Amino acid sequence: MSLQKHQKYWKENLKYLAILLSIWFLVSYVFGILLVDQLNTIRIGGFKLGFWFAQQGSIYVFVILIFIYVRLMNKLDKKYGYND
Amino acid sequence: MSVQDWTYIIVTLTFAVYIGIAIWSRAGSTKEFYVAGGGVSPLANGLATAADWMSAASFLGMAGLISFNGYDGSVYLMGWTGGYVLLALLLAPYLRKFGKFTVPDFIGDRYYSNIARTVAVFCALLVSFTYVAGQMRGVGLVFSRFLEVDINTGVIIGMFIVLFYAVLGGMKGITYTQVAQYCVLIFAFMVPAIFISIQMTGNPIPQLGMGSSVIGENVYLLDKLDGLSTELGFAEYTNGSKSMIDIFFITAALMVGTAGLPHVIVRFFTVPKVKDARKSAGYALLFIAILYTTAPAISVFARTNLIETVSNEKYENLPEWFKKWEDTALLGWIDKNDDGQIQYLNGSAVEGNKNKPVFDGKNRGKHGERVIINANLATKNELFVDPDIMVLANPEIAKLPNWVIALVAAGGLAAALSTAAGLLLVISTSVSHDLIKKQLKPNITDKGELIAARLSAVVAVVIAGWFGIHPPDLVAATVALAFGLAAASFFPAIILGIFYKKMNKEGAIAGMVIGILLMLFYMMKFKFDWFGGGTTEDWWFGISPEGFGTVAMMVNFIVSIIISKFTPAPPEEVQEIVENIRIPNNAGGAQEH
Repeated sequence: MSLQKHQKYWKENLKYLAILLSIWFLVSYVFGILLVDQLNTIRIGGFKLGFWFAQQGSIYVFVILIFIYVRLMNKLDKKYGYND
Repeated sequence: MSVQDWTYIIVTLTFAVYIGIAIWSRAGSTKEFYVAGGGVSPLANGLATAADWMSAASFLGMAGLISFNGYDGSVYLMGWTGGYVLLALLLAPYLRKFGKFTVPDFIGDRYYSNIARTVAVFCALLVSFTYVAGQMRGVGLVFSRFLEVDINTGVIIGMFIVLFYAVLGGMKGITYTQVAQYCVLIFAFMVPAIFISIQMTGNPIPQLGMGSSVIGENVYLLDKLDGLSTELGFAEYTNGSKSMIDIFFITAALMVGTAGLPHVIVRFFTVPKVKDARKSAGYALLFIAILYTTAPAISVFARTNLIETVSNEKYENLPEWFKKWEDTALLGWIDKNDDGQIQYLNGSAVEGNKNKPVFDGKNRGKHGERVIINANLATKNELFVDPDIMVLANPEIAKLPNWVIALVAAGGLAAALSTAAGLLLVISTSVSHDLIKKQLKPNITDKGELIAARLSAVVAVVIAGWFGIHPPDLVAATVALAFGLAAASFFPAIILGIFYKKMNKEGAIAGMVIGILLMLFYMMKFKFDWFGGGTTEDWWFGISPEGFGTVAMMVNFIVSIIISKFTPAPPEEVQEIVENIRIPNNAGGAQEH
């Protein structure tokens, strides 16, 4: 019973990780590197968008991702009674 | 007051604060010495992690590098921040739950093997020593330029300060001095950035100023810089010149290396609970991001200012800072076309000596400039600027008040000292805990172990100081090596240890050893010209040694998994450890501060 609970908790955790790390990969490797030339044709003020993601945007998203993770995990811990 | 007076005042004040904190937070037990008793609040740990992480390289070096490389410099920005996402999501909470003192502790217990532990100790020492040498050099650089003492004296003063609070306070002392050092360094970094942003664009937020238009001109700052760069024959600032695959691999190597650095990982052992470890990784990245999103703005401001100040200007008319930096040999001018003006163009101004100038003693040329004997006559560029001086020179170039310039010097010292202390702790812990307590003399008393920890810290400081005074020829190369090694060794072993229950000692050891050897081989071949050397064309898949850590990491993962399939599964009790670290509650005792 308890082992089953562990495994369910772990599966949900892995699902969160997969979603958050996909976003992590998208903003840095895809927007900042692989698609940088395409995105650079779009401009926001003085910034070319690809350049902005590489030097600014990706970092903001990283910070937000960690705080979302903290929230999600705190909720998950509570749901399974693993908070102490 | 002069810059020097201000520097003396500010540096003395900050040093007094660091020493005061060290006396207040002495360590009384090994648990306090290694992990600050496990009772640090997530916010304080976030601040301390940020200071621990941001070294002389982040504070002094990075903005300069970006300044000279434009878009290509993004690898540092994304690489050195993105690693925290990996750290927060994949490592920190589980290692905190595991609840021991060091990274080799985890490797040794999880892989039920003292060989694995020893391999990990070796990697931790190698990574930390290569890294700490650069920090002591940074301390020496600031001292020599701003207090006009000899660079070696500067290193020795720095050694004594670190020695004092690292040996006395251990992790507890280091944590709280790092909190203070973060405040000093971020203030010192932001003040000139804000001043210059207002000066150039009228926007007080540098992150936005970078994308605003130039005051009095109807053109965006970045467009202006792109124009200036192409006019002088450089690549467009917002487009790089490195290949996409290399950018990709360097970014990945820096991210994974960051997540695998032992002095960063160990900080997450100091908080009371698993949820605190997650939260404090978030705080750490938030505090780091303040500097890391400002740095590219500084790069743009500094680059534009530099070009506008020196390009086609007569040497006689140049401001004071130019000559002062010339004295430190980090700046130089050769009047190739004999017009008395500075032509700053693309291409290396000098040749040989790793493209650094060789000065003819104290001899002066006809305009009063220092004579350089290794001019490269194949290019028209007359100016040599070491990227390392950009952050320190930036406030002077922008003509900011003297106290701001002094503040930057104190910030550089805070950044270098905080990182050096964190690294020294890893070194001393590796010796006293992982080698002496866990292997050589298991029945040593807590008091004896504490003495051993302090002694090894003393020895480590002395060795680090020696490296600072006699820096290895390729400081930058060895720091890149530190990241590559961390990526190629620790990261896969820890990730597999948590996420792959069936990973056994045979797989992990083989993976780590092959990963490290491969990384060392590639580095030595292309950086030190061993094993036949090679040029850029010979790089495997077009990947530079800086990016090769990613390849070595992948090889480590593959080797580990294949070997583990053909060797016995780990014992039942180890698999239970893995089950246990995946569940966040009951993470073991902490003590109040």
